[in-house]
Amino acid sequence: MTKEILENAVSVKGVYKNYGEVEALRDMSLDFPKGQLTSLLGPSGCGKTTLLKIIAGLLPATQGEVIVNGKVVTKPGPDRAFVFQDFALMPWANVIRNVAFGLELRGVGKVEREEIASKYIGNVGLKGFEYSFPHELSGGMRQRVGLARALSVDSPVLLMDEPFSAVDEQTRRKFQEDLLNLVKNENKTFIFVTHSIEEAVYVSDQIALLLPRPSRVSEIIKPSGFRHKDVDSIRKDSEYLDTVESIWKSLRTYVE
Amino acid sequence: MLSRSLFLKLLSGALIFGAWEYAGRTGVNYALPTFLESMKALFDMTVSGLIFEAYADTLRPLAIGVLISSFIGVGIGVWVGLSEKFDWMFSPIFIIMQAAPLAALIPLLIMAYGIGLTSKVFVVCIMAMPVIVLNTSGAVKNTPSSVKEMARSFLGSEKDVILKIIIPAASPVIFAGLRLGVSAGFIGAILAELKITPTGVGDIISYSRMTADYPSMYAAIFSIILLAVLFLNLLEKIENYLFKGNNQGYVS
Repeated sequence: MTKEILENAVSVKGVYKNYGEVEALRDMSLDFPKGQLTSLLGPSGCGKTTLLKIIAGLLPATQGEVIVNGKVVTKPGPDRAFVFQDFALMPWANVIRNVAFGLELRGVGKVEREEIASKYIGNVGLKGFEYSFPHELSGGMRQRVGLARALSVDSPVLLMDEPFSAVDEQTRRKFQEDLLNLVKNENKTFIFVTHSIEEAVYVSDQIALLLPRPSRVSEIIKPSGFRHKDVDSIRKDSEYLDTVESIWKSLRTYVE
Repeated sequence: MLSRSLFLKLLSGALIFGAWEYAGRTGVNYALPTFLESMKALFDMTVSGLIFEAYADTLRPLAIGVLISSFIGVGIGVWVGLSEKFDWMFSPIFIIMQAAPLAALIPLLIMAYGIGLTSKVFVVCIMAMPVIVLNTSGAVKNTPSSVKEMARSFLGSEKDVILKIIIPAASPVIFAGLRLGVSAGFIGAILAELKITPTGVGDIISYSRMTADYPSMYAAIFSIILLAVLFLNLLEKIENYLFKGNNQGYVS
């Protein structure tokens, strides 16, 4: 196997996070290779969302540092965009305003930002819904709006906090397939939090298994054999199924 | 063709006025005139210009009180919602203002501010402001944290979060508070005229009651209710213009 020196888009070094007495993260160190999708997988309460928010700059770490493209970060920045689990749309604004919101906050002019937003609205398959309001959309459509918003600001790092857990199963599967295509086509680094083992093995270039409080990395898995296969065949591939089973065995002891 | 909303409003008006007319004719109470008698009295007052003179007097404390209560009320409400210290200082004032019986406060107002415009404006504000302030501050405090976090993650400043997230998110409850508060303000304007010194519409109500001219009394009451309803419709239009997304397809 050829040795590839992968540049790391994001590095987490020795991060601790305490909420008063509760130790949520302990000595967490992890690297996220550039241009790849890394999953943070673990049972509920294992600190995955906390870690993601610290990387995003939404929560301060008690100790340790987060390095994004060579620079230490402590606050949100133009280099990272976040996709929320509960969509976090503004119900009083229509789709195009929601999608263009990241650009609006950066001071981009109205005509320009609506043009950019329109393009991404088309990319996520919501063409025609630019002037609809969130309450007129289904859950899956709302999450597409959230995704389009994160893509519009063109950040090199995309942080996704269980983005598909609030939609139905069929939509979720479709989203996972779309995500694979997105990772292939966009030259971005994805950090993906999920509690679904199948989802993690399906979409990820590498999976970081996190253990419950205090959270630390137990192992890093790099599913490789089936990554090149087309979206439909992956779920039947034997390596995929074996990987899912072995992860479940590892995590099982912590859930019981 | 009438829009559904307008049709429902006219229909409910027709039902109420029909019931009123019926009640008047069947002699429920010797003092209850029929709807048509009251409308005739209103018409007479309009023709003679009496109603316009009356409103010239009533509208002054009403307009001033409503404007102060709305703008300053929402402003204080937002500040109270955002700052714990401000909340500690000001919330109790408004809670007491709402709970205290107006009849008990009026003598105090008269002692402090006399029997002129100032006292009447105070009465309107006492009736209107608490609901507006408390609704606004409650809505601001309860802004869903996920949308605020979203704004911060996309590089929104503190000012952006307040103006673009907190206030629009709070606007449905703020407008509900405005509707309740302004209606109470209208009541306050009439109460002030009934209890402090009779001027304007309150004077028509008082005087016609004393002279047993019940059609005129009901005509005056009807006119103030009509004005309040028109104003609430105006508030609704303003809300829809400012925050189009708030209208999530309710009944009318």
